[in-house]
Amino acid sequence: MRTKLILTLVLLAALAMPWRAGAQALDWADITAKARGQEVYWNAWGGDERINAYIAWVGARVQAAYGVTLRHVKLSDTAEAVRKVLAEKTAGRHEGGSVDLIWINGENFKAMKDQSLLFGPFAEQLPNFALVDVVNKPTTRLDFTVPTDGLEAPWGMAKLNFIHDSAVLPEPPRSMAAILDHAKAHPGRIAYPAPPDFIGSTFLKQVVYATAAEPSVLQRPAGDNFDSVTAPMWAYLDALTPHLWRGGKVWPKNGPALIRLLDDGEVDIAISFYPAEASSAIAAGLLPDTARSFVLDGGTIGNTHFVAIPYNARAREGAMVVADFLMSAEAQARKENPEVWGDNTVLAMDRLDATGRKLFADLPLGAATLAPEALGPTLPEPHPSWMTRIEEAWLSRYGS
Amino acid sequence: MLRWVPAVTLLLFLGPVAAGLVGTWLPAFGVLPALGGTEFSLAPWRRLLAEPGLVTSIRLTLGTGFAAAIVSLALVLAFLAACHGTRPVVAVRRLLAPLLAVPHVAVAIGFAFLASPSGWAARAVSPWLTGWERPPDIATVPDPWGIALVCGLVLKEVPFLLLMTLAALGQVPADRTLAVARSLGYGPATAWFKTVLPLVWPQIRLPVYAVLAYSLSVVDMALVLAPGTPPPLAPRVLRWFSDPDLSRQFVAAAGAGLQFLLVVGAIGLFHGGERLAAFLGRRWIAAGGRGHGERGGRIAATGAMGIVFAVGLLGMLGMAIWSVARRWRWPDVLPSVWSPGNWARQADALAWPGWTTVSVALAAALIAIALVLGCLENEQRTHVTPGSRALWLIYAPLLAPQIGFLFGVQVLLVASGLDGRWAALVWGHLLFVLPYVFLALAGPWRRLDERYARTALCLGASPGRVFWRVKLPMLLRPVLFALAVGFAVSVGEYLPTVFAGGGRYATLTTEAVSLAAGGDRRVIGVYAFLQALLPWLGFTLAIAVPAWLYRRRHGMKAFTA
Amino acid sequence: MSGDGSLVLDGVTVALDGATLIAGLDLAVAPGEIVTVMGPSGSGKSTLLAWLCGAADPAFRIAGRATLDGADITGLPPEARRVGILFQDDLLFPHLSVGGNLAFGLPPGLAGPERRARIEAALEEAELPGFADRDPATLSGGQRARIALMRTLLAAPKALLLDEPFSRLDAALRDRIRCFVFGHATERGLPVLLVTHDPDDARAAGGKVVEIG
Repeated sequence: MRTKLILTLVLLAALAMPWRAGAQALDWADITAKARGQEVYWNAWGGDERINAYIAWVGARVQAAYGVTLRHVKLSDTAEAVRKVLAEKTAGRHEGGSVDLIWINGENFKAMKDQSLLFGPFAEQLPNFALVDVVNKPTTRLDFTVPTDGLEAPWGMAKLNFIHDSAVLPEPPRSMAAILDHAKAHPGRIAYPAPPDFIGSTFLKQVVYATAAEPSVLQRPAGDNFDSVTAPMWAYLDALTPHLWRGGKVWPKNGPALIRLLDDGEVDIAISFYPAEASSAIAAGLLPDTARSFVLDGGTIGNTHFVAIPYNARAREGAMVVADFLMSAEAQARKENPEVWGDNTVLAMDRLDATGRKLFADLPLGAATLAPEALGPTLPEPHPSWMTRIEEAWLSRYGS
Repeated sequence: MLRWVPAVTLLLFLGPVAAGLVGTWLPAFGVLPALGGTEFSLAPWRRLLAEPGLVTSIRLTLGTGFAAAIVSLALVLAFLAACHGTRPVVAVRRLLAPLLAVPHVAVAIGFAFLASPSGWAARAVSPWLTGWERPPDIATVPDPWGIALVCGLVLKEVPFLLLMTLAALGQVPADRTLAVARSLGYGPATAWFKTVLPLVWPQIRLPVYAVLAYSLSVVDMALVLAPGTPPPLAPRVLRWFSDPDLSRQFVAAAGAGLQFLLVVGAIGLFHGGERLAAFLGRRWIAAGGRGHGERGGRIAATGAMGIVFAVGLLGMLGMAIWSVARRWRWPDVLPSVWSPGNWARQADALAWPGWTTVSVALAAALIAIALVLGCLENEQRTHVTPGSRALWLIYAPLLAPQIGFLFGVQVLLVASGLDGRWAALVWGHLLFVLPYVFLALAGPWRRLDERYARTALCLGASPGRVFWRVKLPMLLRPVLFALAVGFAVSVGEYLPTVFAGGGRYATLTTEAVSLAAGGDRRVIGVYAFLQALLPWLGFTLAIAVPAWLYRRRHGMKAFTA
Repeated sequence: MSGDGSLVLDGVTVALDGATLIAGLDLAVAPGEIVTVMGPSGSGKSTLLAWLCGAADPAFRIAGRATLDGADITGLPPEARRVGILFQDDLLFPHLSVGGNLAFGLPPGLAGPERRARIEAALEEAELPGFADRDPATLSGGQRARIALMRTLLAAPKALLLDEPFSRLDAALRDRIRCFVFGHATERGLPVLLVTHDPDDARAAGGKVVEIG
């Protein structure tokens, strides 16, 4: 009787949620009707071919299901899209902007939110938001400590991990100190992409976590304490840089470039944000079968990445339809498939129907992917203000 | 209507350059009302000069620009002097089109794979010769000095200068001059430098300046081949233009202004060097030396030219192979697993940029050919042949650095609400397509024996009928060739797409540039190869169509050869 | 003089860069008459013909008047003058067949079968029947010269200008083509103006000879 009651309540809650969202603000039928025939220019980082292929698949699906044409505008840095919207606002173009949807998180989200460049709130009223695991994955509503306030819709769960070729390097270094030792012993075999590439930036955050005396201050905005908190990090990087690939004079451009260097045997370690990246790269023929994932002792940084709609988007309805589709079980399960991309889902399994759950249950894990329990603790992202200042300081120290 | 064509043409492509320069220089001095800049100020220049590593950027720009231009020119002149009228020139002439057709970015990408430490060249000799079990940790591509960029530029500029010089040689009595000089006892190369070069130099001066200006301000090749921390000035200016901090726009505008000054100064300096060379050259000629030891020089020049062509073509071959490779690891010389899957997987992603590339290139090339034909026809009907100054006007968009005025063009487009439209993109490309189409077509068109037209007129045909029924069909081959040149130029354009496309349009070139940063050489191979393939197709059609149409008209050989 | 089909030059002066090449030339060519203008190269005789057919290089300063069949043609565009010209090169259009070249000469407005018949008749006259589909490049020099004349005659000119049309032909052929051209021109009663520096041409023309330069 009790279980039956609870079940009924859960069911009711599950049923109620989309209804509540619909009643609140969005008339979904109206939105999908308006979306039909729209062209959505999605500004999304385009450095990884597997992700680009996934986005192309999304384009084909939303075209078939909603009559929305998706155009992937490939960015090398998300800041380019922020700039475009800001430039349009400055020029007074408050309608018919050139960006409809942005793949975003962290400091770029904060910048757009602070300057009122985003449309919304809309995310939590999208039908599929009801499936998102907001309880166990709090970062789906808290982006780098900044509340999303419904201005961006969660898309994927990233967690920093490292990849090595077990045939070349059976025992990879599992701490920042060990990485420095490895670089000293094997000059030129360690590399990280130059910031502001997000893999490079996240590596720096990982360093600041490992070297800061009191990492918890990173959760609050950076202030006068910036120099004292980051001093050990610069000491570490000064020691590491001369032993880096190309002596720290030339930097890989992004994560996929690092994967290629690992495959070529130029470096010993690649860095990734997607837990199933190693398996995914093996499946795509980008890494040898002996590639394996590993994480650092003490945990690695994890976050959620989102999509947001600029305030002046021309195809606002189409963009919402795409954002909603990205949160569907179908799209999320395909994204988590290591043979496609290997990016973890934002959804809660217990909120899915049987068909949806089966999609996830049927996914291959991939030989090189760590089981969820082996991924280690997740470190929260520092407040965005830290990264902005670290990137600036890094550029003047090593980038010019 | 015809007599308005030259004016409209000039307005269409010099107007934007001029407006673009103004639109760039005003923000460089703090004036850009959209961003709150209303007062004249030197602050952008102060901020520019305070940028860390600016001197390094400028040094890189000047070093790579001059090195690329001088090496390219020296190679071309040495080769033509050493081999005038011999088989290597015939061979090079034949291989010219395929290399000319390849866009800059594709050449850069192909070269990057050849020359990187894990690249094709290192694989060919590893580990059996070098002992490298793993790729060596040597910075080759990119290298801190910009040597890779110089190599990439040379690969692309040598064919261009060869084409222009060969065309110029056809318009001067080179063979007879050379014969006279050799009968006076001069060695062939010495005779060429002393008697033929002074004849052709006036005609290749502007192309050489264009090469220098391009090398100093190249962006797309630099993104692939030049160091990034810090990069040369032009790509750095582009980075400032796309900085999320909008106040950097002023710095970027000042940087674009600086880039413009650098190019103008460099051309001035080069011109000075030219006069010095002419002065010394006259004394050298007057000294009467007949030249000896030419054999070694001839072998070196031929060898160097051979290397340029081999590297250029091997780079494209490498990309073609990558596009059908599944696994191709160090130190394998060829892929271990082949697969056509890259093409199949990219089919969806290629469709949109592919369509944009082809449609914009076709439109720009067709508009350009129509305008150029209008100008040339008008010139013949009015018997007014523009002087050498007009040629400077045609070269203006090729001499002014793109980054130096495209920002202003973008401001113009945004102000008129035209940015991010297909038509704006076509127009942006037209600026650079038009001069090349003109250069390709003007010579053959003006050389057509005017008595054909006179005969047709005396047979009672109207000037229009003479144009459509006599001139156009007789000059079909050069017209189609010029069309193919325009198409190829458009396919290769990077910055005009970035600025006029407003981020809404991607072409194979912009995609290739952004992919080149990433890791998947197989996909890069697909884009680079396709990027080269489209112009190749264009040139092949330009040669094959007239050849087929006139297969039974042997008299057309003179016009289709 | 008006309306009798003559070609009349009235006080024609040709100057280049201030130097007078031809001064005040008066000349009348009656229908069926062949007048020869002789002079060394550079004497302005080719320019005179170019001016008559309306295509002179503007670098030359040319004054004077030309009338054809009583009408002043001086200011007319070339295509309206109805003056045919033959050069030393046959200038057959290399992109057209023999028939295509002849068709180019035919005035528009004739029906298809009529055009074909006129072309075939012209080929018969040129003693080249059935050559319509041939590539002009495969013809001999003499054959090409005859086709060039036929193309000019098909345009129904009212006068014929000959700019050293026989100088490229070898001696044996030259006589035959000369007869062929002169024969057809006089047969049609055209005034013919021939410029040449070959005295044989002038003798064969048998008409008035004007020396210039």
